[in-house]
Amino acid sequence: MAKAKFDAEARAGLSLIAPPFLYALVILAVPLLTILAYSFLTDGYLEIIREPTLANYAEVFTDPIVRTVMMRSLIVAAIVTLATVVTAFPVAYYISFCVRPEKKALWLFLITIPFWTSYLIRVFLWKVILGYNGVVNSTLTGLGIIDEPLTFILYNVNSIVITLAHAYAPFAILPIFVALEKIDRSLLEAGRDLGENRLTTFWRVTLPLAMPGVIAATLIVFIPTIGDYVTPEVIGGGRIPMIANMIQVQMLALDNRPLGSALAVTTMAIVAVVSLIFLFLNRRFLRVRQ
Amino acid sequence: MNRSGWGLQAYAIFYLLFLYAPIILLPIFAFNSGTIIAFPLQGVTTDWFAQMWGNATLRRALTNSLTIAVSASILATCFGVFAARASTRFVFPGKGGMMGFIMLPMVLPEIIVAMSLLVVLLGMGVQLSLLTVIVGHTLICMPYAIAVLSTAFSSLDRSLEEAAYDLGETKWGAFRLVTLPLVMPGIISALLISFTISLDEFIIAFFLAGNEPTLPTYIFSQLRFPRAIPVIMALGTVLVILSIALLALGEYFRRRGNARIGGKPTGGLM
Repeated sequence: MAKAKFDAEARAGLSLIAPPFLYALVILAVPLLTILAYSFLTDGYLEIIREPTLANYAEVFTDPIVRTVMMRSLIVAAIVTLATVVTAFPVAYYISFCVRPEKKALWLFLITIPFWTSYLIRVFLWKVILGYNGVVNSTLTGLGIIDEPLTFILYNVNSIVITLAHAYAPFAILPIFVALEKIDRSLLEAGRDLGENRLTTFWRVTLPLAMPGVIAATLIVFIPTIGDYVTPEVIGGGRIPMIANMIQVQMLALDNRPLGSALAVTTMAIVAVVSLIFLFLNRRFLRVRQ
Repeated sequence: MNRSGWGLQAYAIFYLLFLYAPIILLPIFAFNSGTIIAFPLQGVTTDWFAQMWGNATLRRALTNSLTIAVSASILATCFGVFAARASTRFVFPGKGGMMGFIMLPMVLPEIIVAMSLLVVLLGMGVQLSLLTVIVGHTLICMPYAIAVLSTAFSSLDRSLEEAAYDLGETKWGAFRLVTLPLVMPGIISALLISFTISLDEFIIAFFLAGNEPTLPTYIFSQLRFPRAIPVIMALGTVLVILSIALLALGEYFRRRGNARIGGKPTGGLM
């Protein structure tokens, strides 16, 4: 009887989830498996040579240009993630601990609005802000603070980092805020009662409890950043490519789909490894908690 | 509020200024009569808005974008209703894996989704068109729609549905008359969020649209020409106002939905 009931429920659930799952299977799984297959084949100028090989991966790991671009993407993504999470934490903390409950929704709304405005235009405006005659430089020279425009923020990796850190700010604030909201306030009082000061309470109680949010924020910022196509294209004018730009060039401009596929698969593998490391860290934090 | 509270508040306000810096500049340059996007400003003009209005390619891009966004948001929300209902109401084998896979586009770099889909479509000889963009956008909007809808479905009181069965309604009748009206605010906010995401999505539209322009790809193509930038600033201003209006509407429906189910008002769209 119980088994029959479970089967009926399972069948109902499965038939409900079938349409979205089949859609994802056809539109996502089939293409992903296709590029996985492509990555083991060879590009033969006019057609793909159907002979399994690891040559594409050998090229991905040994070619100096690929390595430079790969390292640049990793470093940019790491810096952006670090900068975003560190600068976002105090904002999340402020909203969770200092803002009155009825005002919290308004603050979160204010933080999400810029994220919903055209990504391309936001990226372009950072180019305007940071450019040679841009807002920052013309203001600083106008005020007589500097004589020559600052060049370290000009169309380079720094400007890519600033632009991306701006673009993904709300993604970092929201998960940290959610984790902070879940903290039982009486734990903090207990810490204070037991003789800790504000700083040590924060360090030994608040921060460890907020860690799942921090790790979620790290992943949510890191993954799209490492695969960003628009910012290097608009800010760097295609001269400082990241991995996404390279995948696109190999796939379309050079029409070397096997190599492009190997790059895409490697990128996914890197993303997966980084995610697993952070999920593992998260689990350790959760265990410490118990 | 104590001293560190004030420090944090000052920091938070400064951070908001950083977040809003580009958006504050947008209308300034849109109404500036100088053709170069730099300070000092020239005079005030509404020419750029007039030029924007008269631009035929832009109008075509807008029509395309709206077609795509409306279709993709409706499809994504329909699929989302199925998935959210299945995951919040039923227990079945393989649930975690299937839901995880459906939510995967949220954490997959978009360039990979776009490129792999493009390779398959070209391999099958499919003509790139608005339809192929709709297919891609539906895929990436679906997880966001599910995230919003799951909240709406999980806060449903199951006994309301059971009461409908007891009163003689069929399963479909109970769903249509009891469940659907209760989750309607969630459905509307899922539609709005999917619509906004699709309208702003660039990478998939750029690679899968063939020769058809959409708003983001049109903007991208114009960014290369300094003379076209002021019109883009005017367009950006209009888009910002539109998305804030849409978001406020979505937030309004979400809160009304919360109030209807008897939940406390909580913040955020996520």
